[in-house]
Amino acid sequence: MKQSEFDFSRIDPVLEKYAHVKGSLITILQKAQETYGYLSEEVILYIAEKTKVKPAKIYGVVTFYTQFRLKPVGKYLIMLCQGTACHVNGSERIESAICQKLGIKDGETTEDNLFTLNNVACLGCCSLSPVMMINGETYAKLTPKKAENILDKLKKEALLEGEVQ
Amino acid sequence: MKIVIGEGSCGLAAGAGKVHEKIAQVLSANSLKADVEITGCCGMCYLEPIVDIYDDFGEKTTYVKVTPEMVDDLILKKIRDNQEVNTCEITQNDLNILGNQKRIVLRNCGIINPEKIEDYLEAGGYEAIKKCISQLKPEDVIDIIKKSGLRGRGGAGFPTWFKWNAARASKSEPKYIVCNADEGDPGAFMDRSVLEGDPHNLIEGMMIGAYAMGAEEGIVYVRAEYPLAIVRLEKAIEQAREKGFLGKRVFGMDFNFDMRIKAGAGAFVCGEETALIASLEGERGMPRLKPPFPAQKGYWQQPTNINNVETFSNVPWIINNGANAFSSMGTEDSKGTKVFALTGKIKNGGLVEVPMGMTLREIIYDIGGGIRDDKKFKAVQLGGPSGGCLPESLLDTPMEYASINKTGAIVGSGGMVVLDETTCMVDVTRFFLDFTKKESCGKCIHCRIGTTRMLEILTRITKGEGKEGDIDLLEDLARKVKDGSLCGLGQTAPNPVLTTIRYFRDEYEAHIKDKKCPAKQCTALITYRIDPDKCIGCTACARNCPVSCITGEVKKPHEIDPAVCIKCGKCAEVCPVDAVEIL
Repeated sequence: MKQSEFDFSRIDPVLEKYAHVKGSLITILQKAQETYGYLSEEVILYIAEKTKVKPAKIYGVVTFYTQFRLKPVGKYLIMLCQGTACHVNGSERIESAICQKLGIKDGETTEDNLFTLNNVACLGCCSLSPVMMINGETYAKLTPKKAENILDKLKKEALLEGEVQ
Repeated sequence: MKIVIGEGSCGLAAGAGKVHEKIAQVLSANSLKADVEITGCCGMCYLEPIVDIYDDFGEKTTYVKVTPEMVDDLILKKIRDNQEVNTCEITQNDLNILGNQKRIVLRNCGIINPEKIEDYLEAGGYEAIKKCISQLKPEDVIDIIKKSGLRGRGGAGFPTWFKWNAARASKSEPKYIVCNADEGDPGAFMDRSVLEGDPHNLIEGMMIGAYAMGAEEGIVYVRAEYPLAIVRLEKAIEQAREKGFLGKRVFGMDFNFDMRIKAGAGAFVCGEETALIASLEGERGMPRLKPPFPAQKGYWQQPTNINNVETFSNVPWIINNGANAFSSMGTEDSKGTKVFALTGKIKNGGLVEVPMGMTLREIIYDIGGGIRDDKKFKAVQLGGPSGGCLPESLLDTPMEYASINKTGAIVGSGGMVVLDETTCMVDVTRFFLDFTKKESCGKCIHCRIGTTRMLEILTRITKGEGKEGDIDLLEDLARKVKDGSLCGLGQTAPNPVLTTIRYFRDEYEAHIKDKKCPAKQCTALITYRIDPDKCIGCTACARNCPVSCITGEVKKPHEIDPAVCIKCGKCAEVCPVDAVEIL
């Protein structure tokens, strides 16, 4: 096996605790994603080896649940709510504004690795719809213009921090 | 003096965190003393952020829509100078909305600090479980729940006592009690509010259930999209353990019970009992055939009882107040209260708890305040993707299981999305089918392929490519998907299709035959035009058009080229004189 870019020792404590506790696969995958940001093929193979669960089965679980990602995400993960209340209050127009602005579609990441757009089911803030959550912060009562301004502000912050050239 | 800030997810999203910081700053900068506490959601989401100030006599004044800029004035006047602050005080009208409700599940939400077990104890918490263990036999507890008439609040409305009794009757040990907090209906947030606002109430309800059925282990399956709910519940479980309410020999008596949280990974189908159990076991959350029911063979093939958050949260109140107090509320068919999440095009959006049997009209108009921007009511969507859309003519239907089922909708978990004249019913139906198609686990062919085909047809109709016979085809498919699916997801996925065809057939026909969208929402069926009489030639539309299809000279009427226009609506948004019309 080639030299891995992943430091597997970072999830060894999790595997030590859960690898042999039955029914813990989802918990292990959640912790692994927390650690690496996403579940790469290498990480899945490593978990398979330690838990003695077949990689195909792990892949089956990973692709079943919306929480798990097989690709890395950008610095800012935009979770755009597509619940009923947001839908009837115009979330599709927010989506097209974001897509146009960033040049990406749902599930994709911008080339500068700054933004990833994910449509999500209800965030439960229906009275403030349409809403989106970016890295844990909720932005409410959006308009296309407001959403664009938020993205501009975040991009500016990242530029100041020197994350993008 | 005590200052209480509403910090549920909705309050925080509206900016309660920043208000909290500012209050702390102003207090310390002016060397003022006051206890600053947090509380959960009181249900009036449309007024967030909400701040309550209690004077030294315990008299409460509520301030609404508080911004950090208002804090200086509020704190200095109210706390330092003990003066009235009129700018943001709650109106009598809004106070009446709370008065029209009957709060059992939400009795502590927005009042106590959910992160302090002492607050819950002071409100009479953990008295019900004490009473159960020390004075009642498990059979007595089940009997009280039976007499109360409590039915499962997750959607199906199954009698709670029956499930408890079945799990109790199963001989195998150990037994498990599970709380379904995987609130997946888009447009519903009742459970989130209870978890964030009164987690100890849920813990106590589960303890009582565990005592009644003979379980020693409880699991709460919470959606991963509810991070704050998980944190608050974790804290609550830890505090209950420290007090000796969870663990071995609870209250020093012969009852062992402990519980843990399992974070879901995002799958709507996990709201179905057998799918939830598969997910708890670390598998793909796919339902299986029943029987055997979870009460016989559930988690790890052991007897398991699953109820949702709201169901458990009713239990301590019923034990404390008696079965009669509960069953005297509601109707013959449906006892007690129900929490609803009022959202969509409603004025006073939020959570309301009312006795069962109140009519839809009373809930939407008397409590919800009617339609936002004084538009015309079109429909109310009940029960999320499994429910249906009801028209104005059915607004006097009482909110109870039997009456609502007759209309083709369901009470469901309590999501109530109000739609006005600008909502296209075909588009809303397409939205729900898009949801169920994505969430179908794929096990049953009818659900997997049927929802896909229905979505294709609906998409075609909204694009103006509907064909004669599409409505019949949809109805036929809908019936087959209902009959050919194993679990609730597939069995109810066609409900939005069937109810909208039943009550809004003319809208389907307008799309298919006249190629028109009466609500002017389906972009393929509308045209944007600038009214030359209204246009002042400010050029704002032309400058903002992403495809540069608007032409015209400064101070002269502009024109849109319909062949190039992508109907994004930006011109209408930026026009200062509302000259952009949709045809």
